[in-house]
Amino acid sequence: MGKNTEIKLLGTPPSPFVNRVQFVLNLKSIEYEYIDENLACKSELLLTSNPVYKKVPVLFHGNKPPIPESLIIIEYLDEIYPDIHPILPSDPLGRADNHFWANYIDNKFFALFEELRITPGKEGKEAIKKQIIEGSGLLEETFVKLSNGKTYFGGDNVGYLDVVLGCFLGWTKIFEKLNEFNIFDEVRTPKLLEWTNRIRSHESLKDVIPGSEALMNFYMMVMKHKPPRVA
Amino acid sequence: MAGSDDVILLDFWVSAFGLRVRIALAEKGIHYEYREENLQNKSPLLLEMNPVHKKIPVLIHQGKPVCESNIIVQYIDEAWHDKSPSLLPSDPYLRAQARFWADFVDKKVYEAAKKIWMTEGEEDRQVAKKELIEVLKVLEGQLGEKPYMVGESFGLADIAMIPFSVWFHTLNEIGKMNIERECPKLAAWVNRCMERESVSKTLPHPHKFYEFVLEMQKKKGH
Repeated sequence: MGKNTEIKLLGTPPSPFVNRVQFVLNLKSIEYEYIDENLACKSELLLTSNPVYKKVPVLFHGNKPPIPESLIIIEYLDEIYPDIHPILPSDPLGRADNHFWANYIDNKFFALFEELRITPGKEGKEAIKKQIIEGSGLLEETFVKLSNGKTYFGGDNVGYLDVVLGCFLGWTKIFEKLNEFNIFDEVRTPKLLEWTNRIRSHESLKDVIPGSEALMNFYMMVMKHKPPRVA
Repeated sequence: MAGSDDVILLDFWVSAFGLRVRIALAEKGIHYEYREENLQNKSPLLLEMNPVHKKIPVLIHQGKPVCESNIIVQYIDEAWHDKSPSLLPSDPYLRAQARFWADFVDKKVYEAAKKIWMTEGEEDRQVAKKELIEVLKVLEGQLGEKPYMVGESFGLADIAMIPFSVWFHTLNEIGKMNIERECPKLAAWVNRCMERESVSKTLPHPHKFYEFVLEMQKKKGH
């Protein structure tokens, strides 16, 4: 595989951040070794390879020091394999836009899900659900603008935001079920709803995101280790 | 090739995030129109150009907005790639490192530093102090014997952090700490960065920032 010496990915299947890297590695047809991490009891490897955050994913490439942070890993892979399924656009403004929305998705949109998980009481939860719905509306607008009538955020092919948001879709389903609401629906977010089905069944992603049962088990583990706020 | 005309920066004089952009523009020698925003009364242009966050800095280049300071710095490097110096290394691994540390400043330094003047009560302040020093020591560790954060050249990671050096005097006063003594390598790195015109001519004087924070605290009735 050309200049690739050896790529290893330290991760855990329920992590959407890890899934992103797997999605990109698949899109670029990069072979890699997957190392499973136990987040309930973090390994020496994780603690030494990502001492700053102690989180997965971590990418190991040959004998280079490890690279953590999913978005940074994706950009790195895109730079070392620019010719195989480019993920980010090449124009500076397109790249800036993509980074902006990835930041929004991680720091604003998906951050609401953790808030929802730990917020006690119906009223508190309803307020957050409302914000999530608003966020999905914003993402619908963004999809319409960036896809420009085509299939993905990236246009004809899967791009950065398809990867960034697409990997959360296992979790959005879980949260929809647990909280009895629809994040994406035919009326408010018709284009995104179509997109969710398309991206989840994409060849390079369909075997990556674990099923509902595995995600629920992980959710239970998180609830135990990081319990919700007391009402 | 991007022209230097038609570049507008919406900013607030003391914002560490805005300062990053100003430093990057200065590094590349890009001419731009600076517009000071009143954050208590945001301009229609700001609200139009950054409707999602309504925050500065916003770079408007040929009518199109770019938001989020670290993203803007990378945009500047790419749009003016023909102008030296490069703000990111050319090696992909070092680029990843630069992005990591620029992001670390956002995730850790900013939050920890703010707590020093936002917390009330001696006990909470001690906790905040300890947290900040821990975070700065991580940067100290990253710096090691290198001249700059990621290697031999001044770039994105340095640009992300250097505006926060303006906060040190304030943090030392309010937090009753001595950042330079606790983190001598970081202090040396600050001096090194200040030798660059783009930095020394851009950063406000630390005393001005201290005055600003004291004003802010007074308004909140501290």
